[in-house]
Amino acid sequence: MEKIVSTSLENSRVKKSFFDGNGLNEYTGSWDTTDVVHLLKRTMFGATIDNVNYFKSLTMSQAVDELLTPTPAPTSLPLNNYSSDGYTDPTGVAAWDTWINTGIDYPDDEMNQKRVNSMQCWWTGQLVNQQRSIHEKMTIFWHNHFGVDAGQHLADIPAKLWFDHYHTLRANALGNLKQLVKAITLNPAMLIYLNGNTNKKTAPNENYGRELQELYTIGKGSGSHYTEDDVRSAAIVLTGHAVDTNFAYYFDAGGHEDKNKSFSNFYGGTMITGRSGAAGANELDDLITMLFATTECAKFICRKIYSFFVYYKIDDSIENTIITPLAQVFRDSGYDIPTVLSVLFKSEHFYNLAYSSACIIKSPLDFVLGLTREFEVKLPDSTDMPSSYTAWGMLNQHSATLQQQILGIEQVAGWFPYYEGPVYHELWINSVTYSERNAYTDVMITVGDMMSMITMIIDPLAFAAKLPNPSDPTLLIEDSLNILYRVPLSDDSKLYLKQTILLTGQTTDYYWTQAWNDYIANPSDMVAKETVLTRLQSLYKYLMNLPEYHLS
Amino acid sequence: MERRKFLKNLLPASAIFPSLLNGFTVKAYGAGFFEALTGAADNDHVLVLIQLSGGNDGLNTLVPISNYGDYNNVRTNIAIPQDKILRLDNYEKAGLHPSMTGMQKLYNEEKLGVLTSVGYPSPNQSHFRSTDIWLTGADENQYLNTGWTGRFLANTYSNYPIGYPNAEMPDPLAIQIGSVLSPVFMGPGGFTAMAVPTDTDFYNLINGIADPAPDSPMGTELTYLRAIARQTNKYADAIINAAKKVTNQSTYPANNYLAAQLKTVARLIGGGLKTRVYMVSMGGFDTHGGQVQAGNTIAGNHAGLLKQLSDAITAFQTDLAGLGASKRVMGMTFSEFGRRIKSNGSAGTDHGAAQPVFVFGDYIKQGVLGNPPDLSSQIGVEDSLPMQYDFRSVYSSILRDWFCVDPNDITTMLFKNYQYLPFIQGTACKVINPDVLGFNLITNYPNPFDQSTTITFKTNGGHTLIQIFDTAGRLIAVPIDKNYDGPGEYTITFYAGQLAGGVYYGRLQNGSTQQVRTMLKIRSGH
Repeated sequence: MEKIVSTSLENSRVKKSFFDGNGLNEYTGSWDTTDVVHLLKRTMFGATIDNVNYFKSLTMSQAVDELLTPTPAPTSLPLNNYSSDGYTDPTGVAAWDTWINTGIDYPDDEMNQKRVNSMQCWWTGQLVNQQRSIHEKMTIFWHNHFGVDAGQHLADIPAKLWFDHYHTLRANALGNLKQLVKAITLNPAMLIYLNGNTNKKTAPNENYGRELQELYTIGKGSGSHYTEDDVRSAAIVLTGHAVDTNFAYYFDAGGHEDKNKSFSNFYGGTMITGRSGAAGANELDDLITMLFATTECAKFICRKIYSFFVYYKIDDSIENTIITPLAQVFRDSGYDIPTVLSVLFKSEHFYNLAYSSACIIKSPLDFVLGLTREFEVKLPDSTDMPSSYTAWGMLNQHSATLQQQILGIEQVAGWFPYYEGPVYHELWINSVTYSERNAYTDVMITVGDMMSMITMIIDPLAFAAKLPNPSDPTLLIEDSLNILYRVPLSDDSKLYLKQTILLTGQTTDYYWTQAWNDYIANPSDMVAKETVLTRLQSLYKYLMNLPEYHLS
Repeated sequence: MERRKFLKNLLPASAIFPSLLNGFTVKAYGAGFFEALTGAADNDHVLVLIQLSGGNDGLNTLVPISNYGDYNNVRTNIAIPQDKILRLDNYEKAGLHPSMTGMQKLYNEEKLGVLTSVGYPSPNQSHFRSTDIWLTGADENQYLNTGWTGRFLANTYSNYPIGYPNAEMPDPLAIQIGSVLSPVFMGPGGFTAMAVPTDTDFYNLINGIADPAPDSPMGTELTYLRAIARQTNKYADAIINAAKKVTNQSTYPANNYLAAQLKTVARLIGGGLKTRVYMVSMGGFDTHGGQVQAGNTIAGNHAGLLKQLSDAITAFQTDLAGLGASKRVMGMTFSEFGRRIKSNGSAGTDHGAAQPVFVFGDYIKQGVLGNPPDLSSQIGVEDSLPMQYDFRSVYSSILRDWFCVDPNDITTMLFKNYQYLPFIQGTACKVINPDVLGFNLITNYPNPFDQSTTITFKTNGGHTLIQIFDTAGRLIAVPIDKNYDGPGEYTITFYAGQLAGGVYYGRLQNGSTQQVRTMLKIRSGH
């Protein structure tokens, strides 16, 4: 992806802090639509009208609690969506049967590629059909944290392992971070991906031992002082954890180095006692205990959570007022993920909308799935698997075109807008991706996105009809903006949109009211329908074309 | 179609002309006729559309004089006093509203024309529907999802926006002054225009409204997004550069929103943009009440609106002349409808039908087409002015005489053949009308006629079409619609026994050639 940031723009960037000092005390202010939408857009993929209404009926605290409640893991399995154009599965899996646990997991790259694609479609399906919970977005958060690219390992990681990898992430996404790190460390896909599989006492491989500290637990922040010796020691602790010929995890006691492993002062001079035989596997627990005993570990994770859900800019005041106390909460809870999220999402800082709102540039998944969900774009019937996979594949592809693909994270550090400073998620947007985003919204609001007889299209009439007062042009714009926008528009701009688009230059609201009522009275009347349809299309197209639409 | 390429490929040298024209000699047609073939993409003409939103009261804009008494009777409470009506040179039947002194001057300088009572059959009185009809060029019962200008531009600049901007068309095809694009610019493949704000520094060229970005994380990110959005606007530099070239413009009236828009248009045209169509607009014409000041009918809301319109157009024309660009530009005003003949009790008028359309520019013929409406019969409160000209005849004539579009292409753009209205000087496209040359391709005898008339026409061969229109532009008959193997002269008999008496137009179309014959039926049908 091209990174275009003009020098003049960088020079003109405001460097001062806008932070007003609001911290982690529980927010007790108003619980209005704008607060609800802010919370939902940050924790889910878009804020639907139904979800906004539902969460508005709760208290803020109840709403956050419900969002942080885990939802059941999907019971469906990814299916063979690839037996077409003369291709058949060489292992004999029939079209639209699942390829999970059907015997041979890896005959060749081509089939593996097709199964990875099936897995991507299926995962996209889980996201777009998310329940009222942060669970799917949190799974994506950890997916980014433990970044992997299935495409780089078509020859040695079968798609089935990515399915298991997904379930590992999801099962622990709202659980305990220490358990998540342990599970990922022993996850077969990860063991192969970062060479843990070949990390033996005779020839230690430092790859995972390094990333475990640099990317997964300690980071490279100003408080991180682990050493190259610590990388080597961690790698040696991890020797022996491996994957067998059936791609299952096993501990190869013979490959494990059983000597004592010493660590630097950063880890308090910890000595992990070497163990032989099956007990050697338990050294991992000591390693994780050591990593999570540092204050830097909790801070590092809290910074990532903060920049993913609130804003990427972490200056001294944010570090002192938010990150440090949040990290203390995290440590005190024994690294319970919902506990730390709860404090953040209930905080005065999070609901200080003048600071925290509308400053995240939507990721491609947020943009594509958020649009689909907020406009309630009709998806194929859930029992029609061929059509559903086509639709999920289209969403996956659009997000990939915009530089975010599930199971296609090229760097182990994650999608680069989440780790590459100083501008972070601004990197989602350049002149190419910005044009592509506009082209996508234009297609969705006009002719629809079409492939293989599937059309996904925004129905602006249905969306408007679901708003409380669609016959009042002022309220129609206000209520539409409440769902679609986080950036407040000025009264002048709203008036302009109303008069120029909904009223077509007229100054009397009644003309829109009459047109809308004519349509409601006679929905099958072509002229009545087109009169309101074209204006609503024009309004929503316009709103989605403005830069404001890309802020969440 | 890429007319220029077509010509280069097919007409590389004048030697080919005689054979192309199958026996008609080049000399007989004159060189000018061939220049008419150069087509829309090859001239530098600009059209400025001025939309008057709300429905302009035409009867108080172009005020009847020849039947002033009838006019005064049907709208006594808002009628303009006869001695206040602004007179037009060489025309006695109607004059302009007293606040339109600027446009009166333009008329008398032979730079303004008026078409009386322009509308369409079965008028719709909904602002929205009628606006859509005017912008798309649809019939009352037809829904079109493209605009008439969008179809013209998309047809002339094929494949737009793929391959644009390019050396031949480096600028936006069309520009909307404001932030929201009008449906008039929607082509089959999307919008053919970009929006440009009425903004003297042209900084915010991001195709949209732009509230100030606050000092906050949101403002920081919004500013970044806007900078990228501006980078993606491939016409931003062309527009800014054109605007920069014009540093001195003549004076425009203050506090006049239309004038501010037209000043921007003049600046861009004067700066050399090759953009073909501009759209500006003003609102407030929905004068249901308080259209005039009680006791002083030449003052009030409508007077103010017409003064703004007239002053803005006049200043624009002066500025264009000063910038040396006036020969490139013509303008046209329109509203979604006119208003009722009778005024209401609130010193206003309700939604009506036909309206006068003004056209202006160096190449516009001085004149008023059509007659003041008949107001003598029993007029009810529901009655509106009947149309004399179809609005698409205005579009068709602009396409033909201003944008020099091949008649076959005009039919593609407007879906039908519409009556030709001669309000633009033939020299604008360097067309020498075959009529003027004494070259009659279609004649009829007898004329006037009663039950039937014999039409004689010449064809070069190929597709030949004869249509008969009434004065409302309604298609009455298509006596000929066929292919001829070669050139020749033919006759047919047109039976008109059932037709009402009056003027009919016989329109011959043969390839790029067309000619309209005026025929008069003298007795009513039975």
